[in-house]
Amino acid sequence: MTDLASPTVRVSTRPAETRRDIGIKRRYAAERRFRAYGISAIVLGLFFLAVLVSTVVSKGYTAFLQTTITLPIEFSEKVIDPKNERATDAKQLMTANYPLLVRDALVKQLGLDATKRPLVKQATDMISASARTQLRNIVVADPSIIGKTVPVTLLAEANIDSAFKGQIDLSVAETNRKVKDRQVAWMNELADAGILKTSFNTGIFTFGASSRPEAAGVGVALIGSLYMMLIVLVLSLPIGVAASIYLEEFAPKNRLTDLIEVNINNLAAVPSIVYGLLGLAVFINFAGMPRSAALVGGFVLTLMTLPTIIIATRAALKAVPPSIRSAALGLGASKMQTIFHHVLPLAMPGILTGTIIGLAHALGETAPLLLIGMVAFVVDFPGSPLEPSTALPVQIYMWANEAERAFVERTSGAIIILLIFLVFMNLGAILLRRRFERRW
Amino acid sequence: MKALKLTVAALVASAAFAGTAAARDQVQVAGSSTVLPYAKIVAETFGETFPDFKTPVVESGGSSAGLKEFCKGVGEDTIDVANSSRKIKDSEIEACKAAGVTEIQEVKIGYDGIVFATDAGNADLALKPEHLYKALAAEVVVDGKLVANPYKKWSEVDASLPDAEIAAFIPGQKHGTREVFEEKILAEGCKEAGAQDVIKAAVSDAKEQLAKCVAVRKDGMAVDIDGDYTETLARIASNKSGIGVFGLSFYENNADKLKVATVNGVVPSTETIASGEYPVSRPLFFYVKKAHMGVVPGLKEYVEFFIDDQMIGPDSPLAEYGLVSAPDAEREEIRKAFEAGNML
Repeated sequence: MTDLASPTVRVSTRPAETRRDIGIKRRYAAERRFRAYGISAIVLGLFFLAVLVSTVVSKGYTAFLQTTITLPIEFSEKVIDPKNERATDAKQLMTANYPLLVRDALVKQLGLDATKRPLVKQATDMISASARTQLRNIVVADPSIIGKTVPVTLLAEANIDSAFKGQIDLSVAETNRKVKDRQVAWMNELADAGILKTSFNTGIFTFGASSRPEAAGVGVALIGSLYMMLIVLVLSLPIGVAASIYLEEFAPKNRLTDLIEVNINNLAAVPSIVYGLLGLAVFINFAGMPRSAALVGGFVLTLMTLPTIIIATRAALKAVPPSIRSAALGLGASKMQTIFHHVLPLAMPGILTGTIIGLAHALGETAPLLLIGMVAFVVDFPGSPLEPSTALPVQIYMWANEAERAFVERTSGAIIILLIFLVFMNLGAILLRRRFERRW
Repeated sequence: MKALKLTVAALVASAAFAGTAAARDQVQVAGSSTVLPYAKIVAETFGETFPDFKTPVVESGGSSAGLKEFCKGVGEDTIDVANSSRKIKDSEIEACKAAGVTEIQEVKIGYDGIVFATDAGNADLALKPEHLYKALAAEVVVDGKLVANPYKKWSEVDASLPDAEIAAFIPGQKHGTREVFEEKILAEGCKEAGAQDVIKAAVSDAKEQLAKCVAVRKDGMAVDIDGDYTETLARIASNKSGIGVFGLSFYENNADKLKVATVNGVVPSTETIASGEYPVSRPLFFYVKKAHMGVVPGLKEYVEFFIDDQMIGPDSPLAEYGLVSAPDAEREEIRKAFEAGNML
């Protein structure tokens, strides 16, 4: 009893509060601190996201507006087909001097003296050089237009476009900027007359690459990215799912499968440019596939995406409780029936989420495409995955390196387009998970 | 869904096999990022002018990378034209020959000026190769001895220069521009500053002498830019007293943000470069595989279109973009040499 008595004596000497102190205050404080850290981490993340998105949007939203000039173009027979040969010579309509039509219309509109060449040149410089093909296409599509006067909406030249959007500092000395004072005066004159105005820029979605900013768009890049995403989806989903089902459900657990697992995890972390080197060596140099083609790009991105899909699929298969498998097997289902009828449907949301995240990752890749020739200037739309094309992130990279001022907004504009695609893909992943996820 | 997937898979597989057999009907170009904008303009105009041919595909990636692809061999899976901002090296010609590319035609398209520019808000700047050498070399001569570069401010190099910390953004080693910068500015400045004689006395090997002349200081005052001119422009925007190296065409497109420096008192312009008055310029080239001519549709026409006066002449779109046209006689010679099929 004396042994017991002594602690009671010791305790009784202390004040009552300290006896009950089991660190409650300290632990609450620690929890509050931890929460504060967590919140500040999220706030910091959101802050950077907001900075990124706001700079991109504030720089890029103007790319979706394009300045156009609508002029009554007289499709004069004297200019297009002076010798009346179009019935016999198809080339006549292709090679006609269409810029002259634009010049005449503009000279008339501005009331200029057509003999003053430098003045007229400054005026015609306000209209995109792509007017030649635009007018040619109109005439070739409908030769009966020759002889008529039709209003045609032409693209304004990129510098005029920038100036009209207020992106060019007009206080700089005239010799140091691309837009001359006289052009600004004409621009304002045409704007007051309602001939020059900005409208929604559909061209940024439909045009291919161009050295003229006003005629440049992400059309080819969109098609190229679409081809590649289809190829990646079609190849990597079945291969990835088959590989992970075998590894997870059938393969014996031994050193070999361990080694395979380690390698797959390593491959997921390999820098993407390595896949580009591999693609160049195997698909182009060895198999002789065409350069710059979306097909090769798709194959390379498939290799890159496979490890991600395999890891996600294995995790999804593992998350299906063993009781499901046991129940199915107990009722007499074969192993394959168990997997395909019970395990796989339950794992599907996880697999699809992993696939979409893998695809989104592949959509944003440029490095592996550099080596297989897809970082290229491609004007013509690819009719099949075998023809040269580029990809969305490649287009962003190439525009970012351009010297012309008008490409700055287009770069940000293309980033916005890419971001919208990524947001939709990730949204799809979340919806699929919500829709099919089951909890036990 | 299943059927759709199967058909798409079958399509892809069949396309993969067909791909190896299908003939290429499009000119493929790769190489220098300096030549890229010019090649793009030509390719685009070519596609518009010749509707029978597809628009050539122009890849970027640098002169060396382009020539490496070019020298991979002959055949449809190799490129037809390599753009280059420097002359092809002997070692590259040999690599080409070893891979079966024995017939290479060299085509000069014109000249490119290299300019020094600073932020538009700064005072006028008059540079000499000597100034740049003294400011940027790893070792300079002080009192007849080679010492590690002691200069911290431009004004210490020369009293006429601004009183600001030295900061220069020069092209990195992978750029063809760097070679021109070393040859025309540093080596020249080395001579003017009288450092060459001191180096000669110290080192006997001629190659090492030159290497010492063009060695750039590594204490952060000279920054190698491995990206494009847009990066240099961004660096100058954040460091207003910095001096950057640009191509003439890039400067002309951004003349409202930059102030160009004179070199030896000459303002860079297409005229002063064409006349040879402005000292820092270089020829631009592209190389064509003769074996592909007549095989790849449009290749011959593309080259002929490129060297036509409507493309590289004094009033051409390329000249408007910033290319310095070769003199009339030289352009005529370029066309004749191509017509005659002169090979390296």
